[in-house]
Amino acid sequence: MNSDKKVLVCQDMDVRDSAWYWDKFFQILMLVSGVSAIFLIISIFFFITKEGFSFFFEPFSFREFFLSSVWRPTSLSNPSYGILALVIGTASVTGFAMLLAVPFSLCAAIFISEFASGRVREVLKVLVELLAAIPSVVWGFIGLSIMNPLIIDLFDVPVGLGILNSGIILGLMAAPIMTTIAEDALKAVPDHYREAAEALGATKWQVTFRVVLPAAKNGLVAAILLGIGRGFGETMAVLMTSGHSINLPTSPFDSVRALTATIAAELGETAVGSDHYRALFTLGILLFLVTFVINLTADIVVKGNKRH
Amino acid sequence: MRNRSLLVVVFLLGCVGNTDRQFIQNKGSDTLVNVAQSWSENYVGVDGSVVVAVSGGGSGTGISAMINGTVDIANSSRAMRSEEKEAAQANGIDPVEHTVGFDALAIYLHLNNPLKAVSFAQLGSIYGDGGNFDNWSQLGIEVPGCSSGEIVRVSRQNNSGTYAYFQEAVLGGGKDFRLGSMDMNGSSEVVDLVASTPCGIGYSGLAYATEEVFMPCVRVDEGSDCVLPSVETAIDGSYPIARPLFMYTAGQPEGQVGAYLGWILGEMGQCILFGKGYAPVTPVVCS
Repeated sequence: MNSDKKVLVCQDMDVRDSAWYWDKFFQILMLVSGVSAIFLIISIFFFITKEGFSFFFEPFSFREFFLSSVWRPTSLSNPSYGILALVIGTASVTGFAMLLAVPFSLCAAIFISEFASGRVREVLKVLVELLAAIPSVVWGFIGLSIMNPLIIDLFDVPVGLGILNSGIILGLMAAPIMTTIAEDALKAVPDHYREAAEALGATKWQVTFRVVLPAAKNGLVAAILLGIGRGFGETMAVLMTSGHSINLPTSPFDSVRALTATIAAELGETAVGSDHYRALFTLGILLFLVTFVINLTADIVVKGNKRH
Repeated sequence: MRNRSLLVVVFLLGCVGNTDRQFIQNKGSDTLVNVAQSWSENYVGVDGSVVVAVSGGGSGTGISAMINGTVDIANSSRAMRSEEKEAAQANGIDPVEHTVGFDALAIYLHLNNPLKAVSFAQLGSIYGDGGNFDNWSQLGIEVPGCSSGEIVRVSRQNNSGTYAYFQEAVLGGGKDFRLGSMDMNGSSEVVDLVASTPCGIGYSGLAYATEEVFMPCVRVDEGSDCVLPSVETAIDGSYPIARPLFMYTAGQPEGQVGAYLGWILGEMGQCILFGKGYAPVTPVVCS
């Protein structure tokens, strides 16, 4: 540090008026907030692990846990903890949702960022953000009371709660988030890329598909990954629309049960410390790890983007 | 939609700044939560100095809270298990059981469903582990609007008091449910889903019945009488799946809690229970 700067700092410190104290106060507040976020996430991880980990020792059979689809934790005669049906339930609903949401939200993001202008763009952006603000229980209610009879009528199936219903609802929930992030990624592509392409005589479509999309590739992948993470973690809407039925699905109309929904429905009435309680926390560890890996991958992909 | 964890926030808000009121914490069964709230609301007119804070969450939640000593009264639609009583005693709490009413568990069908009577054996084949009834044709009926004929079983989440009672009373000792049922998270959700699903069948407290669903009569076996679910048949004991509803207190109730329980078991409390579609413990004449 050079001496000029030192003098400057000393002069600053001499003026200890209220503004200086406020400044210090907020500095410390920000530091505490930042550190507490890290502290909290580590505490949550330790708590879940502490509650769930002991399950791996006692009644636990690795084979049964991951390969059996019999989830019957409150059985009086033979409690079983097989999560295969739950994992497949979560995966199928999320997969179906992404099938719907990815093309939709990428197209929406391209339109908003590249083609819409002025007023149209502003209105669309606000509407998309508004869509993201709808609470999940409202989505669940729409699935339960509107989509269920609609699916029964349209497809002539016995019940409208299942992968199809849940996937559509989850797709609608994930789409606005993916659209917003994808749009940010497209925005981040410098304008001189577009200008250079246009100067070479490229049409609007050629600029978008040959220049902007390849440049924003990583950001778009991150958007999709975060959408998947959102789908994995969603609870209420899935609980209400999936049918909450332990089932290995064979068609999109089958009812399934998600990991998150199982925890939500059962944890509240479980005796603390029981096998059932610990099994539910083990599901929590699994969910935590999956979402952690997805978010981490998204983060690494975005970092890769910045290097370009 | 969900009637669990309904807190009587109004009462809590009404008491800010008023210190001489006494709180009674009341928690548990979703089956009882509507009645418990109504009791709490009406009790204000009886004793304005007592505030009863009611929340749902399920019988298990109420009993856990009783074991942990965080409630004054726990509502439950099933009896406390012996290991739960032991756990409470280990914490120095001696739970005392009070039967506050009876609830008939009705079988719900879609209005299109022509089934008029159902037996325990049929319910066992539909709901029980190893049962083989998958199609309404196996019961000799055809349901309009349900072209595949598949039986859509609607059940409850596996730690609900209603689920446990149905398992014990209908499926019989320790027999498991078949997997693949739609496990709803509340009594009214079961009725709502059956109402919109022609292929559906469900079970839930009689108090949750609506005009949108049909309730068949229930018989224990082929030889016995088929009884329709109603408050009257629950009172006289002829309806085969009626269960007692309990309130648990820590030790014999004294003071305000004792007065409140006495009022619940008295004419006014029992009439409120009756008005909500449950059967009172003692015959009462209600206006």
